[in-house]
Amino acid sequence: MTTAVAAKSQVRIAVNPRRYLGDAWRHPIARAVLKAFLTIWVTTTLTFLLIRLMPGSPVELKIDELIQTSNGSLSYEEAKAIASSLFAINLNAPIHEQYFSFIWNLLHLDIGSSFLSSGTSVTSIILSVLPWTLFSVGTGLLLSFVVGIGLGLLAAYRRDSLLDRVVSTGGSLVSSIPNYLIALMMILFLGVQTHLINFTSMRGAYTPGMVPGFTLAFIGDLFYHASLPITIYFLTQIGHWILSMRSATLSALEEDYVTAARARGLSDGRIRTAYVGRNAVLPLVTQLAISVGFIVGGAAIIEQIFAYQGVGLRLLAAVTQRDYPVIQGIVMLTTIAVVVANLAADLLYSKLDPRIGRAGGAAG
Amino acid sequence: MTTAILARPTFGQRLLGMWLSAAGFLRLLSQRPVGLIGFIGIVFFLLLAFVAPLFVPFQNDPSLVDIYQTPSPAHPLGTDFQGKDVLNQIVFGGRDILTVAILAALVSTLIAITFGSIAAVVGGKVDSTILAITDVVLTLPKLILLIAVAAILRPTGFLFLAVLLGALQWSSLLRQIRSQVLSLKERDYVEAARSLDLGIVHIVFREILPTMRSYIAIHFIFAMTEAMYAQVFIVILGLVPVSGSNWGIMLYFAQGQGALYFRDSIWYILSPILAISLVQLSLVSFASALEDIFNPRLRGSA
Repeated sequence: MTTAVAAKSQVRIAVNPRRYLGDAWRHPIARAVLKAFLTIWVTTTLTFLLIRLMPGSPVELKIDELIQTSNGSLSYEEAKAIASSLFAINLNAPIHEQYFSFIWNLLHLDIGSSFLSSGTSVTSIILSVLPWTLFSVGTGLLLSFVVGIGLGLLAAYRRDSLLDRVVSTGGSLVSSIPNYLIALMMILFLGVQTHLINFTSMRGAYTPGMVPGFTLAFIGDLFYHASLPITIYFLTQIGHWILSMRSATLSALEEDYVTAARARGLSDGRIRTAYVGRNAVLPLVTQLAISVGFIVGGAAIIEQIFAYQGVGLRLLAAVTQRDYPVIQGIVMLTTIAVVVANLAADLLYSKLDPRIGRAGGAAG
Repeated sequence: MTTAILARPTFGQRLLGMWLSAAGFLRLLSQRPVGLIGFIGIVFFLLLAFVAPLFVPFQNDPSLVDIYQTPSPAHPLGTDFQGKDVLNQIVFGGRDILTVAILAALVSTLIAITFGSIAAVVGGKVDSTILAITDVVLTLPKLILLIAVAAILRPTGFLFLAVLLGALQWSSLLRQIRSQVLSLKERDYVEAARSLDLGIVHIVFREILPTMRSYIAIHFIFAMTEAMYAQVFIVILGLVPVSGSNWGIMLYFAQGQGALYFRDSIWYILSPILAISLVQLSLVSFASALEDIFNPRLRGSA
């Protein structure tokens, strides 16, 4: 089936290499790159529309606010000029020019400056919080992926055993409870009721006064402060990986090539890793990328609950302060971060699966 | 098969068929205790949210002498930061949440079915375009977008909130429906319908989608859990104007009032947490039991 499709589209591409964009979309690597650009473009355009064109948009609100707070000493034009510099958009230009300069500035990472502390660029604000979110989300995701894959493989091999039941039921239980509720329950039971964990000492990204650097003490401190968010990300995702890996392994075990490998007398260990494990884990790599976006979004509330200074907490602060340049900057830069993670996963996927690297992976 | 084409079943026959399939379904479900518990849980919460409010008087009088009480016969789940009865809020707080979750799941499932089957059946450029849009939407960090959109647009109506949530979560279902339809359309009975020249609409709605009924039902339930997650998420963050009482708003106030850090307020906070978690657990365990029942490949053979 797959080979037939591959052969067909290879012939088509050979006949006419630039027939239609859709053909590029069918080539996995070209598709991954195109998708990345399209996603970034859609988000930025959407943000621009929301910020600039909605009735009662943040730009208009800011102009009104500037005029009111100045007690009439500012004219509409002057207020508009200030707003222009705050949003890094020339508000007097025609709307399409505003749009193009907005995109142009974005390419130079110039997204305007914060309303509240004027002069602080949005880029520098984001760069000061983004590492912490990427660090905690990345660690939690990788841990849950590795542990979940292992447990899922084990559960599939010991199907219907006690271990399988415990692992799959436990996994689906934990992953169906919303992660922010688990976080609240952790504070409730481990902090307020029993005082097992001192939550206040774990706030922030690291203990104030620590000197950042590649020292063991500092890295340990980083993990100490990130441990609660990491635990939550781990718990949220682990069930998903266990269940997906379990069912992927179960269906891989039924494939003919496994029977053939058994018949050829290959060792169980070799079949498990090279035949079953590798084929079962492949589809999960793409899911890994999708869950990056999901966790980064969910991180907002987790960071708020644990007072961990990441992108999400900063975004919520900007929302309450109605600091729109910061909001739009965070939305765009997190999208770019997520898209880059996706692109990396897609490229990794085509490396891991030689069938995909060549043309014609559109069947799935 | 031939009778189905030649003579439409009478109403009585249909009723009998429905009853038989419902009985068979319950028998299959009773072999899966977790799924059965989930089913009972769903029925319980639907009754609690939509029927119980008709029989219980709404209590909304703050009573400052009864703040953060532990459970007593008068207040089975204790009281909140204003001395209001928590059980009463739980009874009245489910309807809005479940309504929005169901509506959002409807919106996203409809989008996914319509465009997923169009992409699979029509193919070609239409397929590539729909797939491209889907892939882009799939990658977007939706909760971040949801925060930004909610902060700027301030959704007030339930319908708007449901459409917003539904509009953000159809992408993965669309891909799955597309690939299902792609494989189904090669089946013999679809070939037969095509050779009879029955038209795309007939083929999709009469031949392909009915065989996917169970599949769609399962994903509808999963879409409900996602919508509920996202909905409570923005309510707790205080991004939608807070009015009325629902489980998310209870948690929003619990956080805002610092109730989380009072030792005695545990019943007040735990009640909505448990209500939301139990609804989610029921939905997920019921849906996985359905998956188990309707996917014979994973069923039985050990």
